[in-house]
Amino acid sequence: MRWRTGRTCSRSRARSRRSPSLPAFLLWTSAPTQTDPNRTPCSTTTPRICSQVRLRRRLPAFKQATEEVSLDSPERDVLLSDGPSPAITPITPPTSVITPRLGHAHDDMFTHSSFDEIEEEEGGDAFDIHISVSDPEKVGDGMNAYMAYKVTTKTSMSLFKLKDFSVKRRFSDFLGLHSKLASKYLHIGYIVPPAPEKSIVGMTKVKVGKEDQSSNEFVEKRRSALERYLMRTVKHPILLKDPDVLQFLESSELPRAVNTQALSSAGILRMVNKAADAVNKMTIKMNESDAWFEEKQQHFENLDVQLRKLHASMESLVCHRKELSVNTAQFAKSAAMLGNSEDHTALSRALSQLAEVEEKIDQLHQDQANADFYLFSELLGDYVRLITAVKGVFDHRMKTWQKWQDSQMLLQKKREAEAKLQFTNKPDKLQQAKDEIKEEIEELEGKVQQGERDFEQISKTIRKEVSRFEKERVKDFKTIIIKYLESLVQTQQQLIKYWDAFLPEAKAIS
Amino acid sequence: MTSLDEASKEKLRSVSVDLNNDASLLIDIPDALCERDKVKFTVHTKTTLSSFQKPDFSVPRQHEDFIWLHDTLVETEDYAGLIIPPAPPKPDFESPREKMHKLGEGEATMTKEEYTKMKQELEAEYLAVFKKTVQVHEVFLQRLSSHPVLSKDRNFQIFLEYDQDLSVRRKNAKEMFGGFFKNMVKSADEVLISGVKEVDDFFEQEKTFLLDYYSKIKDSTAKAEKMTRSHKNIADDYIHISATLNSLCAEDSTPNKKNMEKLSDLFEKLRKVEGRVASDQELKLTELLRYYMRDIQAAKDLLYRRARALADYENSNKALDKARLKSKDIPQAEEHQRQCLQKFDKLSESAKKELTSFKGRRVVAFRKNLIEMAELEIKHAKNNVALLQGCIDLLKSN
Repeated sequence: MRWRTGRTCSRSRARSRRSPSLPAFLLWTSAPTQTDPNRTPCSTTTPRICSQVRLRRRLPAFKQATEEVSLDSPERDVLLSDGPSPAITPITPPTSVITPRLGHAHDDMFTHSSFDEIEEEEGGDAFDIHISVSDPEKVGDGMNAYMAYKVTTKTSMSLFKLKDFSVKRRFSDFLGLHSKLASKYLHIGYIVPPAPEKSIVGMTKVKVGKEDQSSNEFVEKRRSALERYLMRTVKHPILLKDPDVLQFLESSELPRAVNTQALSSAGILRMVNKAADAVNKMTIKMNESDAWFEEKQQHFENLDVQLRKLHASMESLVCHRKELSVNTAQFAKSAAMLGNSEDHTALSRALSQLAEVEEKIDQLHQDQANADFYLFSELLGDYVRLITAVKGVFDHRMKTWQKWQDSQMLLQKKREAEAKLQFTNKPDKLQQAKDEIKEEIEELEGKVQQGERDFEQISKTIRKEVSRFEKERVKDFKTIIIKYLESLVQTQQQLIKYWDAFLPEAKAIS
Repeated sequence: MTSLDEASKEKLRSVSVDLNNDASLLIDIPDALCERDKVKFTVHTKTTLSSFQKPDFSVPRQHEDFIWLHDTLVETEDYAGLIIPPAPPKPDFESPREKMHKLGEGEATMTKEEYTKMKQELEAEYLAVFKKTVQVHEVFLQRLSSHPVLSKDRNFQIFLEYDQDLSVRRKNAKEMFGGFFKNMVKSADEVLISGVKEVDDFFEQEKTFLLDYYSKIKDSTAKAEKMTRSHKNIADDYIHISATLNSLCAEDSTPNKKNMEKLSDLFEKLRKVEGRVASDQELKLTELLRYYMRDIQAAKDLLYRRARALADYENSNKALDKARLKSKDIPQAEEHQRQCLQKFDKLSESAKKELTSFKGRRVVAFRKNLIEMAELEIKHAKNNVALLQGCIDLLKSN
């Protein structure tokens, strides 16, 4: 296949930019687009596989909130990023709109190529990337203040320029990234990990400058959530290679994402569309021909209910453990006073020792409560939100189906109209009308075919995504649960140590 | 009908030691019946003393009978110099009843299994309260039987032997009012006791110590109770978690299913351990503190009585002086003064003995319970580690 040749060329970057074996479109260097001017063009000498298929982002903001744009918009061109074109790794473009433009030869490659193939291609570049979010810093003052986080990436993948680098990002940057990814990938069936939730109350406390424990906890909770979010996003093989993700991780400057504010025009339109979606969902009645989808949807519904319940129980556990820690601390103080009051010396000493032990134990409970929360409870919270994203993807499939059906119905109507035309009495207008209708019918036939293809594509994508998601879920849960159980083990072992130390003191009471 | 066998009773006898060793009078409560809120104890006595009609007999008694016995002992002048063992508290099923109420309300939101488990927990808690109240009544009687003076009390004998209903002997309304009045006088005594000038160093020390210790131990008891409550809440949470994990794995077809099953099983076992940690802590620590809080109150009562006797003596001195001034009724005043002094001295002597032995008893009991509590905590923690490690290994090997 031609594009494989392109890849081998990447090893000898000194060669000319144009490799005749590649199809013309792949060699087209970029026209000015809304790329980040700071993004280092690939024409530097640093060897990398830099090309990504990029979508021109001329779309006005509000369109991101609707899906119509995606499938039919002629604006969705395929563009290459700037750079030495031989070093091309064509990632399957997320939309199938490319097909009609590229000509037949690449039909198979881009619409029906399996992800397995592409992923195998990347097999040489094993998944090795670790992202950490750290050092929350307050920037600015008053209500305009915000928290800046340091995002550090450590990787050996050739996708990146460096092995170890970091950038500063703020919370709205993360939301902006998610919003971009969602607009690109959700409607075609990819499960895009949801970003951490906004919290007006939490942030206001931080802005106002309250340096107390609850605002520290809030910042830590957010930092941890952002880290998990980024790791989940890059674990997705397609999202990892998205230029927006790479830009997010690498560029030192990022254009401010204003569309993420709740009260921006984009935000309001988002809310309106959400409401519209909810109504639509109720009215779409899909004839599910594929039992797999029905089964899976049911499965995710059940999973949602159970995970929410489990999450609620875990939150209750965290709360009670914190209570236990507080009560133990209070008891420790009380026991210390009792020991002071006791006039029998040995007993007095033993009681003081008891107080010390209980004080250490209260710290233990506090730490355990944190582990309960950050390991298990937050994991469950993340998955509750992820499943909402999964359900969203299923909904998109329904919408795609609906669209296809709509086109089909329209086509049917036009065909009937055409048939009727045969019986009109106005011969002079007849030909014109006939031509018109023929044109419309052709267009609609194209739409119907496109609709069917889109539906099949999204169904295929969803199948893949769900299987990947389930594998990830099993792995994720297992890893975290083992970590959590190990934290419990540690607590119990510490308890043994403390009580073992106390026992001789108790025995020493004469 | 709940029976307690010997083995479990041994474990229950936690707060007091060295009781029921004297074979001449052995008392225990082998049986108790609980209907609604009323608990009927079967008090069983085995004796070699001739003062009793039979060597081996049982009688049914209610909580109120115990209170009657305690109060008659307190009001007996001859025992003014003794620490009367504190009366057992009324059986309190409030906590499990509240829980049952909550369980009934939450029934709709739980699965059948979860509900059954919660009900089991509730029944266990009910049983625990029940066992505690039996123990506390038993210990009261055993304290009496092991005391050289109190064991010979006539009312105590009646309590043990009289096979009719004791209610005819219990306080009627007038007497109860009298009792109430006595309580009021007692609280006036508290003011008295802090005001009276103490001549004896020993008693001065004891007074300061007991007053201070009482407030501290009361506080500790309350805090220990809260701690135990938190442990119980955590055990309950584990039930919910285990049940939800169960439902999760019921409909899971991935390899995750086995993991979830193991985890659900683990949490089920963990909650049992946690429940035992809570109940052991309650028995060894909370109950210990609670018992000695009441015992210290009884010791304080002794000090009040002594203070009152001292006040009486001082008053009789004043009366004698007045009589001498007026040259009237001098022999009566002298006699009265002599009596008061005698009473006061006798009381002081016996009080000293009692308070010293009380301290010894307290230290021994604390030692025993603290050791047992530490050992149990270690045992449960080791159990937990084994369970957790087992589950971790299973999960890792998958």
